[in-house]
Amino acid sequence: MAPTLEAGNRRRVEPDPAAPTQGRPVPPAPQRKRKKDLFPYLLIAPATIMELLIHIIPMILGVWIAFIALTQLSIGNWVKAKFIGFENFVAGLSPSSPIGTQFYGALGRTLLFTVIVVALAWALGMFAAVLLSSSFRGRGLLRTLFLVPYALPSYVGTIAWAFMFNQRDGVINRFLVDDLGLLDHRPFWLLGSNAFWVMVIVTVWQFWPFAFLMLLAALQNIPGEVYEAAALDGASLWKQFTNITLPMIKQANSVLLLMLSLWIFNQFNVPYVLFGPASPPEATLISPLIYQQSFSNWNFGVGGAMSVLLLVVLLIASAFYIRLVMPKGKGPNA
Amino acid sequence: MLETRGFRILRTFGLLGLSIIVILPLYVVLVTSVKPLEDVRGLFTWWPSTITLQPYLDIWKTVPLADYFVNSLIVTVSATFFSVVLAVMAAYALSRFQFKGARTFSLVVLSTQMFPGILFLLPLFLIFTQIERTVGLQLSGTYLGLILTYLTFSLPFAIWMLTGFLASIPRELEEAAMIDGTGRMGALIRVVLPVARPGIIAVAVYSFITAWGEVLFASVLTNSDTRTLAIGLRSYASQTDVYWNQLMAASVVVSLPVLIGFMFVQRHLVAGLSAGSVK
Repeated sequence: MAPTLEAGNRRRVEPDPAAPTQGRPVPPAPQRKRKKDLFPYLLIAPATIMELLIHIIPMILGVWIAFIALTQLSIGNWVKAKFIGFENFVAGLSPSSPIGTQFYGALGRTLLFTVIVVALAWALGMFAAVLLSSSFRGRGLLRTLFLVPYALPSYVGTIAWAFMFNQRDGVINRFLVDDLGLLDHRPFWLLGSNAFWVMVIVTVWQFWPFAFLMLLAALQNIPGEVYEAAALDGASLWKQFTNITLPMIKQANSVLLLMLSLWIFNQFNVPYVLFGPASPPEATLISPLIYQQSFSNWNFGVGGAMSVLLLVVLLIASAFYIRLVMPKGKGPNA
Repeated sequence: MLETRGFRILRTFGLLGLSIIVILPLYVVLVTSVKPLEDVRGLFTWWPSTITLQPYLDIWKTVPLADYFVNSLIVTVSATFFSVVLAVMAAYALSRFQFKGARTFSLVVLSTQMFPGILFLLPLFLIFTQIERTVGLQLSGTYLGLILTYLTFSLPFAIWMLTGFLASIPRELEEAAMIDGTGRMGALIRVVLPVARPGIIAVAVYSFITAWGEVLFASVLTNSDTRTLAIGLRSYASQTDVYWNQLMAASVVVSLPVLIGFMFVQRHLVAGLSAGSVK
């Protein structure tokens, strides 16, 4: 990725005013003067520098880390750490090693987690957006209320849920065991396979308002006459939803689903605040696993090797992402 | 959608259910924050034995919350400001000019959003220590390091949203101003920015929320002097006793700035989203 960007930058030194930009017709305006041609580059320069410094260069360096012997001792002078080839990959990623088993387990679990959370968050967000798309008394108040979990700092929401799922005396056990009498024992919610589902609940709670916000904005762009016409033709509410609403918000929807999927797949905050630096094995997602390897076990190399594989997976996914967000030959929103 | 009786009934019950889901944790936080310590040691009670505001006074003494607060404010406000400035500049370039590399730039910036922080946390830390070694500029453990890091987190989304937003503003506005003798930059600042206000506010809110709630990088890139709230709140729980009432009181205090800010701008947020990215 970075090489392409560099090439883009190098090209800018000698802009060729005569060359048509990527097959598009050059606007017939007098804005083709040389001085003005530098202006857009000046405008994107600060953002480019920051992206290079904080994202691109570290990611390239991250690949290098996977190939060197980086330990707590050598980290102070990491430039001189020894090159060890694929040793880290063998230790961390071979499916027969215990760490490798953990890694592939976490990868599969993270995928499952993403599908479940995105589906639930989208469904709740859509439901709320449809219910709030027509005006009635109290609508503004409810809209504000529904956005609170999204506006709240993520760690605050998670701390609240961690407190609620407390085994001995949390509100969930109080409600299920003491108030309703549904259970005759007090389950450990934050251990074992329960932990996974608690993590799902907490994450859905935090992210569905974002889906709601985006979908509400999209629904407001659909002219009301469309529904009136459909209703005159006798289309049921469900028909109106599937035949009018969904197709008309398709673009917004695909962007939303992708953003949600990425955030959920890369989720770190919720498990970290819920379980601390080490999640229960049944609830370990990929980001916390790499964190655990690097900063709890000081196994930087293995963490690095896992990162590289994850990078490859995400690069493939990003190819699809970009095709969706940016149709070929166009700017992001053109 | 057109309203039938069935739809109204569905709406009432649906909204009631959603409200309960949203309110329950908020209620638990609020009610716990006004309980005396004895109340939070045993089984959860729906109502405090006595209502006390003592936790709200104690939180400042148990941990240096005020310091964390100031740290978070400095980092978040600076990161938000620079993020918005950089995003406006880049979005203006993308929406107004056709230039070589525009597509590459968009591609690269957008795709950085794909990658989890964990992929560049350690390398970034190593780069920061190397910069300190060679140039003497300390980044790890300083405000500057965290501000630089945070401002890039919201950049991709901000650029993408503002590009759509600016593209919907007619060019004639600036062209008229430029005929009157205003420069390119002057036209951007005096003509385009005021019109783009809803979009800019939406983006600023997004940046603020992102930075205020960030945990991963704060856990590695801050020290005891620059610790932010995200990490500082853990101190209530890491001692022998968990001061749940104080932890909840602190959570309320920490959430207030973002919540109040959010209430003020949420109208703009929906307007900005529908005019900008969502088409």
